[in-house]
Amino acid sequence: MSKFLEVTNLNVTFPTVDGDVHASNEVTYSVGLGETLAIVGESGSGKSVSNLAVMGLHNPTRTKITGSAVLNLSSGAVDVISAPTETVRALRGKEMSMIFQDPMSALHPFFSIGDQIAEAWHLYNKGSKKDGIEKAIEMLDLVGIPDAANRVHDFPHQFSGGMRQRAMIAMALVNNPSLLIADEPTTALDVTVQSQILTLLKNLQKELNMAIILITHDLGVVAEFADRICVMYGGRIVESGSVEDIFYRPSHPYTLGLLNSVPRITTGTSHRLKAIPGQPPSLIELPAGCAFAPRCEYSSRVTSGACLTQVPLLIEKSPSHSSRCHLSADELNNLVKDKA
Amino acid sequence: MLSYVSRRLLYTVILLLIVSLTIFFIFDWIPVDPARLICTKQCSPALVEANRHRLGLDVSVLEQWWRFLVGLFQGRTFGGDGIGVTCAAPALGYSFSRHECVTTIVAQAFPITFSLALGAFILWLSVGVSLGVLSARKKGKFADRAASVFVLVGTSLPTFISGILVVLFIVLKFNLVNPLELGDWHSPFVDPMGWLRTFFFPCATLALAYAATYTRFTRSNVIETSSEDFIRTARAKGLSEKVILRKHTLRAALAPIVTIAGLDFAGLLGGAIITEGIFGLNGLGKLSIKAVTQTYDLPIIVATTLIASAFVLIMNLIVDIAYAFIDPRVRTE
Repeated sequence: MSKFLEVTNLNVTFPTVDGDVHASNEVTYSVGLGETLAIVGESGSGKSVSNLAVMGLHNPTRTKITGSAVLNLSSGAVDVISAPTETVRALRGKEMSMIFQDPMSALHPFFSIGDQIAEAWHLYNKGSKKDGIEKAIEMLDLVGIPDAANRVHDFPHQFSGGMRQRAMIAMALVNNPSLLIADEPTTALDVTVQSQILTLLKNLQKELNMAIILITHDLGVVAEFADRICVMYGGRIVESGSVEDIFYRPSHPYTLGLLNSVPRITTGTSHRLKAIPGQPPSLIELPAGCAFAPRCEYSSRVTSGACLTQVPLLIEKSPSHSSRCHLSADELNNLVKDKA
Repeated sequence: MLSYVSRRLLYTVILLLIVSLTIFFIFDWIPVDPARLICTKQCSPALVEANRHRLGLDVSVLEQWWRFLVGLFQGRTFGGDGIGVTCAAPALGYSFSRHECVTTIVAQAFPITFSLALGAFILWLSVGVSLGVLSARKKGKFADRAASVFVLVGTSLPTFISGILVVLFIVLKFNLVNPLELGDWHSPFVDPMGWLRTFFFPCATLALAYAATYTRFTRSNVIETSSEDFIRTARAKGLSEKVILRKHTLRAALAPIVTIAGLDFAGLLGGAIITEGIFGLNGLGKLSIKAVTQTYDLPIIVATTLIASAFVLIMNLIVDIAYAFIDPRVRTE
């Protein structure tokens, strides 16, 4: 059975005066209806770039995109990378929606919340101005804005950060899309609001049977919220698997490093958090081998020296779990145990 | 809103009072004696004294100022002894160089300046904004580069050069306007074509530099707004590029232009000195520059200065009110 969105070998390159920036390389992932895929990685790892390409939001004159991203709609499959811009435009807001990191700047400051939601609705529905506002009230109610009938005429600056993100969600979901891409939707919000927004998304997903792609660098969010996880580094997916795979059987040193750099309440003794030494790679001149090799504490253990010369393939560890490392899962496990 | 407007109007009146008082004091300090200036060759101290009394300069500055204010509302008689002149309210004074009520002089000059300023304003706003939007959309392409040549020429060519070029080529060489007609006043309500004939080129000359600046400003504002997050949101909604530009980008990009356009227009209502001079238009600019540099005609200087500052202040108020309608963030305060 094919999933709702299937991204295959997606490459996104930005030509610049200093050379091509390879922001996303051979990225492959998929997400089904009702499923949540989390894409995790540090800044500049290519997680947003890949999904903006799916939405068709890159400036076509300044971006080179190859590969495919197929939406399996009820009316047939559409590859949004090769489809004409007008076709992709007509899918935005209707079949796929996106919400962004900073709800402060993502809403137009001059238009009321209701007008902005109604505008999205009117695009794909026939109805009077009043119908649009009524729909907006209904959506604001759905995302938990109290007193929606009155607040619908408010402007973004009269909403708090959390409420603005709720309004963004209302706007993104007004046409009942099958795919919602949430690009760090809670990064700009404080912790209590974060969990409210995530719970809201989870509930709406159940109600509307959406596919959700959650882009984040917050592993705590991922553990709670996602079904499957892709870990990205240097524009590539380095490991993908179910939440259990990634958290209990990590098989890439970068994933291990990420997990070690998160504080855990359960470990009784106090110890320093382990940061990953070094800097993320330049996306203009990616290393010839594994992009993570220069920072990897195990790369010297690969006797063939392949880490520095060959890009490792995405190797399947189990049907749900694959990783891009020259070390097998067992080898890596043994090395970790030796260290401990 | 209403209390805000009335408060602002009160401030405007207070400011105008201060401005007028300041002009009276400045005039009192400068070493020019109008009573002596208008004295004929057979001048005697007695005649100068009589003149001084006729001009109303024989009382203290504050008293002069007060009489001016009263005259604004009640009208005023200058001179006396049977040969006095009465100016009806609002009396702005009596010009001793032209022997006329200032209100009459200003009423003749104002329509000239106003129609020049308004014509130029409409021209530069439409040309500047549309050229700016065009070059922002075609950034780096031919249209953008052509527009930037226009910007360069427009901003680096002072009005006294471009005006002279216009007169030289369009009026004298190609005879598009009869040179004898230059400077004639045809009311646009009575003779619109006549007005257009004599005022189009002055308006265009005046508009050139402004249009260039506005092109630049609009271009950078549109480009900057296009990279805002809320424009990406509009695109993610599925809106077409046309709607995004017209509704979302321009609304935000043009808001600041309202502010500078209002103030630029108000500034011109005080008189466009160079343009009026080149094209021989007897507007407020020409009137005040003559009064300041040649005739030392205080009543005219007071009147034109007050009119200019009144326009700036009122336009400021209009801009602020308009802004409240454009930007909801301003409204709540």
